[in-house]
Amino acid sequence: MTTNAVPVTATAEPRLRTARRVKDYAIAYSFIAPWLLGFLCFTIGPMIVSFLLSFTQYSVTSAPKWIGLRNYVDIFTVDPQFWIALGVTLKFVIISVPLKLAFSLAVAMLLHGNYRGVGVYRTIFYVPSLIGGSVAVAEMWRQLFGLNGAVNNILQFLFGVPGDNWIANPNTALWTLILLVIWQFGSPMLIFLAGLRQIPKELYEAAAVDGANGVVRFFRITVPMLTPIIFFNLVMQLIHGFTTFTQSYLITSGGPLNRTLFYALYLYQHAFQFFDMGYACALAWILLAIVGTATALVFKSSSAWVYYESERGA
Amino acid sequence: MWRHASRAAFHAVMWVISAFMLYPILWTLASSLKPESEIFTHAASLIPSHIDWSNYTKGWIGFGDVGFARFFANSFFITFMVLIGTLLSSPWVAYGFSRLRFPLRNTLFVCLMVSMMLPAQVTVIPQYILFRHLGWVNTYYPLIVPAYLGGSAFFVFLIMQFIRTIPRELDEAAKIDGCGPYRIYTQVIFPLCAPVLVTVAIFAFYWTWDDFFGPLIYLNNTHLYTVSIGLSLFSSADVGTNWGPMFAMSVLSLLPVLIVFLFFQRYIVEGVTMGSLKA
Repeated sequence: MTTNAVPVTATAEPRLRTARRVKDYAIAYSFIAPWLLGFLCFTIGPMIVSFLLSFTQYSVTSAPKWIGLRNYVDIFTVDPQFWIALGVTLKFVIISVPLKLAFSLAVAMLLHGNYRGVGVYRTIFYVPSLIGGSVAVAEMWRQLFGLNGAVNNILQFLFGVPGDNWIANPNTALWTLILLVIWQFGSPMLIFLAGLRQIPKELYEAAAVDGANGVVRFFRITVPMLTPIIFFNLVMQLIHGFTTFTQSYLITSGGPLNRTLFYALYLYQHAFQFFDMGYACALAWILLAIVGTATALVFKSSSAWVYYESERGA
Repeated sequence: MWRHASRAAFHAVMWVISAFMLYPILWTLASSLKPESEIFTHAASLIPSHIDWSNYTKGWIGFGDVGFARFFANSFFITFMVLIGTLLSSPWVAYGFSRLRFPLRNTLFVCLMVSMMLPAQVTVIPQYILFRHLGWVNTYYPLIVPAYLGGSAFFVFLIMQFIRTIPRELDEAAKIDGCGPYRIYTQVIFPLCAPVLVTVAIFAFYWTWDDFFGPLIYLNNTHLYTVSIGLSLFSSADVGTNWGPMFAMSVLSLLPVLIVFLFFQRYIVEGVTMGSLKA
């Protein structure tokens, strides 16, 4: 914390010192000014406006009309699509985030061994993360899992079974999107790998001397030492999962039968297709509350399972 | 013997995963070179019966009077402007946060961190209304201007992590030589930040190049479209099923990303891991 207090020592030049401090602060603020301006105009300002608009009916072309809690009441009571979108998104997050993290940790463990070619594999595994968010990949996924796509062709060849239109089938559509997310396990994998490298070798050596086998070492050393990184990846993937948009917009358009109607997509439809901005703002604040609660729960629980080295001996 | 077996098992597993990772990408490349008739008849095949470049020439023509030459030029222009803005403002702000003292510093730093985790959905609607009032819809300003105002909070944070590793003695030495903060920034800190700035530039490039949501809501004039939006036009109903050209243009759109990855891999790995480990 910076000290704002005027120095109490009554020296000859307190005024000079104050002037100098003001000048220093002005210089400091000139450095953070661009960000501060952006933060006020593009983050805080919009948040306040968004909150106010969530109590109005507003279609951009006409002036906002104050309707109190109507949007919120409608969302929770008479909007079945909201519950569908919420359910789809929760299902997506609950399935894809743990799978992606477990898979990326498993692969990172394998790559951590002293084998040749690790660098090449690491590169190959990271490429999908690099391009995963692009339109090109979304289009590619749609064709791969389409009725005449490569996936069915391979299934036909290997097992002789006729395929399905995985994208258009309500029972499988969401799973194709989950698969797409897991396909991009590269960046959590890189983070896990870097974390594994930071675990002191002596810990493993000491455990081996004590006769601990691989499984014990994994659960007693690797996992505890990695918990800060698991925590970081978990928070990042959670937020990412809750706000997924491009994939459902481009690959499935929310269909079939709303089975992939992601929350972010539903919000987009209200805002930019129906131009029901007030309603969309209310949806946005509910999303913020959900993401905030989920993140807060993870943070709260972290003291029970995240191990920080600096705590040692405390 | 046991060592050999385990090594073989390791490589076998890695090969299987690699196949799953690369197949979709190679399949897109192969499909872009297949004659239209072959794309879905021999769908799984990675080898075209003969190389057919016509998908590329057909796709390049684009839609109506706007071709992919235009989309690529637009995307490159936006990306370039965002890069300049990010490189000017992100390290500038990061220096202020990591080296200078000022009132409300901690509060503002918390704001910076929180804004990194804030879902974009919460701010996008008022931002849209704001830009609409400014007459910025159907211009590139909404996509470019934010980069000049600190850029992404993530970049500021990343550079701050890097500045923390620069010894303060260098600042002190420059100060004794009579340098003020501005000169310390331009002559000491900024040049030393070069490695992290490469990382930041690469990520700024990727995120801008791949951005779909921004152009989707702010641009509705075909002449202004970016490559992302151009690609998505292939699957809209009125164009019909033009899969070959779509694959061809998809490959072209991924090319800059993959080329940059090839040359700057080290910086990307650093960027991905730096934000998480030293936090």
